[in-house]
Amino acid sequence: MGKQVVQLNRVIIRFAGDSGDGMQLAGDQFTSRTASFGNDLATLPDFPAEIRAPAGTIPGVSAFQLHFADHDITTAGDTPNVLVAMNPAALKANLKDIPRGADIIVNTDEFTSRNLTKVGYEANPLEDGSLESYAVHPIPLTSMTVEALKGINISKKEAERAKNMFALGLLSWLYHRPTEGTLTFLKQKFAKKPDILAANITAFEAGWSYGETTEDFSVQYEIQPAPMATGRYRNMSGNLALAYGLIAASQRADIPLFLGSYPITPASDILHELSKHKRFGVMTFQAEDEIAGIGAALGASYGGMLGITTTSGPGVALKSETIGLAVSLELPLVIVDVQRGGPSTGLPTKTEQADLLQAMFGRNGEAPVPIVAPRSPGDCFNAAMEAVRIAITYRTPVFLLSDGYVANGSEPWRIPDVDSLPDLRVPFATEHNHTNADGSTEFWPYLRDPETLARPWAVPGTKGLEHRIGGIEKADGIGNISYDADNHDRMVRLRQAKVDGITVPDLEVEDPTGDARVLLLGWGSTFGPINAACQISRRAGASVAQAHLRHLNPFPANTAEVLRRYDKVVIPEMNLGQLALLIRGKYLVDAIAYNQVRGLPFRAEELAGVIKDVVASV
Amino acid sequence: MSESVDLGFPSLKLVPKTDGKQSAKDFKTDQEVRWCPGCGDYAILAGVQSFMPELGLAKENIVWISGIGCSSRFPYYMNTFGMHSIHGRAPAIASGLAMTRPDLSVWVVTGDGDALSIGGNHLIHALRRNVNLKILLFNNRIYGLTKGQYSPTSEVGKVTKSTPMGSLDHPFNPVSLAIGAEASFVARTIDSDRKHLTETLRQAALHDGTALVEIYQNCNIFNDGAWDPLKDSDHRDALTLRLEHGQPITLVDGTRGVIRNAEGSLEVADVAEVGLDAILVHDAHRPDPSTAFALSRLSDSMTLANTPIGVFRDVPRASYDSMFQAQLATAKAGGSADLGSLLAGSDTWEIA
Repeated sequence: MGKQVVQLNRVIIRFAGDSGDGMQLAGDQFTSRTASFGNDLATLPDFPAEIRAPAGTIPGVSAFQLHFADHDITTAGDTPNVLVAMNPAALKANLKDIPRGADIIVNTDEFTSRNLTKVGYEANPLEDGSLESYAVHPIPLTSMTVEALKGINISKKEAERAKNMFALGLLSWLYHRPTEGTLTFLKQKFAKKPDILAANITAFEAGWSYGETTEDFSVQYEIQPAPMATGRYRNMSGNLALAYGLIAASQRADIPLFLGSYPITPASDILHELSKHKRFGVMTFQAEDEIAGIGAALGASYGGMLGITTTSGPGVALKSETIGLAVSLELPLVIVDVQRGGPSTGLPTKTEQADLLQAMFGRNGEAPVPIVAPRSPGDCFNAAMEAVRIAITYRTPVFLLSDGYVANGSEPWRIPDVDSLPDLRVPFATEHNHTNADGSTEFWPYLRDPETLARPWAVPGTKGLEHRIGGIEKADGIGNISYDADNHDRMVRLRQAKVDGITVPDLEVEDPTGDARVLLLGWGSTFGPINAACQISRRAGASVAQAHLRHLNPFPANTAEVLRRYDKVVIPEMNLGQLALLIRGKYLVDAIAYNQVRGLPFRAEELAGVIKDVVASV
Repeated sequence: MSESVDLGFPSLKLVPKTDGKQSAKDFKTDQEVRWCPGCGDYAILAGVQSFMPELGLAKENIVWISGIGCSSRFPYYMNTFGMHSIHGRAPAIASGLAMTRPDLSVWVVTGDGDALSIGGNHLIHALRRNVNLKILLFNNRIYGLTKGQYSPTSEVGKVTKSTPMGSLDHPFNPVSLAIGAEASFVARTIDSDRKHLTETLRQAALHDGTALVEIYQNCNIFNDGAWDPLKDSDHRDALTLRLEHGQPITLVDGTRGVIRNAEGSLEVADVAEVGLDAILVHDAHRPDPSTAFALSRLSDSMTLANTPIGVFRDVPRASYDSMFQAQLATAKAGGSADLGSLLAGSDTWEIA
């Protein structure tokens, strides 16, 4: 007997529980099924830095939010329609974000007086009426799971751990998700542990059946697939897309990739991923520290490899001196900075965009470095290829500024046709490039390509090109040590001119009505929330334009012209106004900075409020 | 192909050979050498340049990488590929180059400040990994380029510009440090002894893996005479213990030698008293590092008495880069590298 089916346009679900409750895994699985069903989606994993904070406490709460819809969406959503709270701490930590009327599924087994006291509940919120305005579904998830697994030869503790699968099964039923993929996933994950596999599958199926039989849920929901460009799709997270982008770039450049790295949150997954792909000639090296990671990458680049280093803000601070050396040596190098909350250790698992000025200026001397930033999880692929293109074409270190939000978030990704990817091959130097007055020839390591101003990439092992380079200033062209005043002035300007002259695509503006007087300008992972905010504003009748910077150094050539077209320019950033400072300084535009550093992405509704005020003021 | 004699350096088997005759002159650059007149670095440079042709390698496949300091100017004077990098980081940069390019012979030049102070971490990790690098550590027990501060090898009580009342720091013994860091090859030689320097370089070059060669080097401006007792013909033979594999370890003058005492420790005793048979025979290839370490502890850092010179330890251990390349080859042989299928993954859906 089927239940009533209600069609919805979009749903936001938040899974929340203890760090050990498997909420990220349940969220990931729900996401994969939702992606393969064809909904558009965006996710926001939000977990503590501690691996296992004390059980049942607020600091130990780990959450995963998923927004899915039958139309194009760009954020993980502001306010969940459903909260799954596996314990009182998860309820308490998340309730403030849940709008009245939303569904709250709670695991009543965990609402013991001890657990309630632990998080400061004086009375049980399930009984004192404080949740009256929500649709609360009290379910003894743990004991029902243990009951369902009775016939399986596992300990009680192991049985209890399968409760996330029970919850996943229930949610999968509630939202009509396909189940096959989850079963396949479990079979792979627990292939060597048949009892645990049986437990997980049984718990998952029990959760599904519970939905179907209980009277607590009278309706089932359906969200139709979203219209998307034709093609083959997969679900893609930012760090995975970034790793794939680097591999693709290495293949298209026909240069082996070498990653020198040191583990750091939230960048380590790129090291893990690249380590799996040695068959593509990908070499990975876990160094003794951040400095050795980038040092080895630079040494590999010197030897003709595609040198990459991956890190987060604190690691960049340690790598700064080597980045300066790479600027001076003019060798290709990609520095991936998956930004997190700072300063210092800051908020390791939370997102922020506060390394822009560090990337731009964080070195001694005049040491310009190009900067590329992805706008969404899937876009990390393209941004990585672009960073490699710039690095090897112009022989320069390049910053790829991702952040925790795009790195851990995911979205449906249209799988590109390999042949359509850009050809990134560049020539290595093979012969002398300078003729002396007497007709003899030499190799000059700092003789530049007149168009790109790049110097030759002359790798050891090339006969006749033996030469010495170093961090000391070099004479223009010949490359010998030079302390000459005029030469230094010329070299500083040449290095700057090389970076300023990098060809980057023009800045595109989205202004559907064509009469906007307010421009929203952003960069990096804020694309989604800014885009959603603009759509909300437009639906409310406001005219607003959006432009999003992928290249932060150099800025696109038409940036000045775009900025001057609008009466007001608003720059929302997850920092205290770093892009705004650059824009004001370079273009003398009185940009309005809107800033938050909460470790979480902007809420679209909030940004829409900002837009409303600015539009009203022009 | 090669006209030079093939010494069969196992560590260099993948490096292309020279197709012509080489001489020391081929390794000199047109750059004016800018060390202070009388600096010990000149002797080392000349020694290295005259040794290089022995390797019989294509010049373009040799790379010298250095950090910062007086010694680190070395690459500018070698007509090979070279990089003068940043303070302390040469082993890291050289590691990235050596592990990705097995066809190169990679040499690192560093000093006591560069290698043991700011770059201490990279040095110990390079040694434990056993990347195929030859590291020449010029030890003059002083900071030269920054004009005369004490270094991590300066003796306690050293009066310098930064320690007017004498240095409080206990010095490192670079050989002990290297053995403690799992080095597979550790040697010590002296700038002024060309023959010994060359022989030590030869053995280092033969070694497959990281070879650390500590070179006692004189800074005649800021720490002149630091090693004089080991150089002065009146005293040196009575202070220097010669380490030669298979030979009894005695002072050069033969009067005293190394014995293992009842407690199992090493000590120096009169040969006449204990007899030559009691003198320890040097075994550089001994897998257990404890005797090599004990030898490194015999010298007195103040008087330099009983200073061992030669190869302390030279044991076979697979080099990091050979294992690194082997893993790569195994992976390449074991699976196809199709970018299209990588990007597609296994869980996809079609939108028509």
